Amino acid sequence: MTSATQSATSVRHTAHPGKYTTGRVMPEVLKYAILIVLAASYAFPLYWMISSALKTDPQVYRIPPVLIPNPAQWVNFANAWVSDNFTLYTFNSIFRYALPYTLFTLLSSSIVAYGFSRIRWPGRDKLFYLCIGTMLIPYTVTMVPLFIIFKQLKWTGTYLPMIIPALFGNAFFIFMLRQFFMTLPEELSEAARIDGASELGIFFRVILPLAKPALAVVALFAFMGTWNDYLGPLIYINKYQMFPLALGIQKLRNMMSQVGNAPLAYPYLMAVSTIAAAPIIIIFFFAQRTFIEGIALTGIKG
Amino acid sequence: MAVATMSRKGLSKGETRSLITGLLFVSPWLIGFLIWTLYPLLSSIFYSFTRYDLVRPPIWIGFDNFKEIFTDDPRFWTVVYNTFFYVGISVPLGVVVAFLMASLLNTKLVLRSTFRAIFYIPSIVPAVCSAMVWLFIYNNQYGVINNLLRASGQPIIPFLSSVEWAKPSLILIALWAQGTAVVIFLAALQDVPRSLYEAATVDGANAFHRFWHVTIPMCSPIILYNLVMSFIGAFQTFLMPYLLTNGGPMASTEFYAMNLYRQAFEFFRMGKACALAWIMAVIVAVLTAALFRTSGRWVFYGGGDR
Repeated sequence: MTSATQSATSVRHTAHPGKYTTGRVMPEVLKYAILIVLAASYAFPLYWMISSALKTDPQVYRIPPVLIPNPAQWVNFANAWVSDNFTLYTFNSIFRYALPYTLFTLLSSSIVAYGFSRIRWPGRDKLFYLCIGTMLIPYTVTMVPLFIIFKQLKWTGTYLPMIIPALFGNAFFIFMLRQFFMTLPEELSEAARIDGASELGIFFRVILPLAKPALAVVALFAFMGTWNDYLGPLIYINKYQMFPLALGIQKLRNMMSQVGNAPLAYPYLMAVSTIAAAPIIIIFFFAQRTFIEGIALTGIKG
Repeated sequence: MAVATMSRKGLSKGETRSLITGLLFVSPWLIGFLIWTLYPLLSSIFYSFTRYDLVRPPIWIGFDNFKEIFTDDPRFWTVVYNTFFYVGISVPLGVVVAFLMASLLNTKLVLRSTFRAIFYIPSIVPAVCSAMVWLFIYNNQYGVINNLLRASGQPIIPFLSSVEWAKPSLILIALWAQGTAVVIFLAALQDVPRSLYEAATVDGANAFHRFWHVTIPMCSPIILYNLVMSFIGAFQTFLMPYLLTNGGPMASTEFYAMNLYRQAFEFFRMGKACALAWIMAVIVAVLTAALFRTSGRWVFYGGGDR
């Protein structure tokens, strides 16, 4: 026993030689070199987007490339913004799509997740597996028949096809919230039940207040998913007045390619793209922990 | 169905009550599942046997859509080839790259959260913004890479305008925007108990052995999860090719989901689009099942917190 421990210690010694020998420093240098090259190439496209937004048109194409535009053309943001009705598109993105979708999803998914986690009933787990199984259905399979349904309901041209289904819960968010609800101690519900609280009362007054971190993750992902969504509006929205920001950006690009080499085409396009990406990047920096933990939760427990 | 058999066996009063309460709570999802998933799936089977342009009522034409797709639509086989090419390269490459990136992040590191943020952010910015930037970077005349190449007297790279380059260019964007997989892998790597590495070191395992015999088996369930998810996602890739190449040049980036979209929303052939969707669903289901089949041999469940 003793000799085994001793030999183990000696093995560990040889496996980890002194901190400052070259054998130890070299892999470290290599590791950081790889990481820095990777990080630079991952950061470059978005850096290029932001810096090009601040350039004059000739600067955009100059060789060697202008990395830091000086003076920065902040006016590009204002001019690009008014080059089309981007205020309206942003209003549509937020108030016609992202906010209703997020509110509907929060309410419906948390109620359903409660039923799948905090109440014991026969058949519950089988239905739950069916629910998460639906996540494996390719969206392209339901895309066309859903369009036919919404066409028959005369909902095309509005955001209803995108936000009304959110009232019925979303398998991904139900799964996330259920995982969270499962971690809350059962005694909480028991105590409330003894006090005569109904399940709905327990849900609203006991569980939901405790689930704020998980609800924040759902709100974040739901908002981001709708703010970023392109395909939904592409299929259902056909009038410019109803366009979300995503379709507005593509419209700006089409306008520019029609005019040909319109001056400031790329700086404007990059400026509007920067404005559309900015909320997501800012939210990420403020809620980094929420993002990372939310993502990790879905993967690990899956 | 499960519920029905259960209640026939006879439930106590309390059980019946909890069953009703439980069903009431999950009823939004259950009703939504029937309206927004099951009914569309079933109606789509029906439509796939019809000719339907949304204006006139659907006409039953039997297997004609399928016959046309398999025997009379050369575009279909091009699209299938393109999609398999794209999936076959981007999915394995993506999972390997994401796993190696996560492994790098999982070492002792200064600025780890900064690196993680840099790798993650491209996957959360709106896809249309990414598309505009890549369109600009890849541009033959104005793109930064081709400007540099031209200035140094090299031939330019026609990233999006040549048949050889278009698919690899799109795969590169997919690799750039897969930070979610990196974050999921990193979380899995951080969950591998340290004691296993220590035990392996005691047994004389070097870094490579530890990676191969401890890290990979312990993370294999997550590797499978990411493989399946990115496989299903890649098979339906739509937005980047739609915005960057619109299927060109010479249909070399016309992928399955795009062809389906065109049939439905540009040519208004709803029946054919549904038939295409079901063919894809069968391909995806068979390949996913095959992936799970093989997983018994390489996925290691155990330990951890399950």
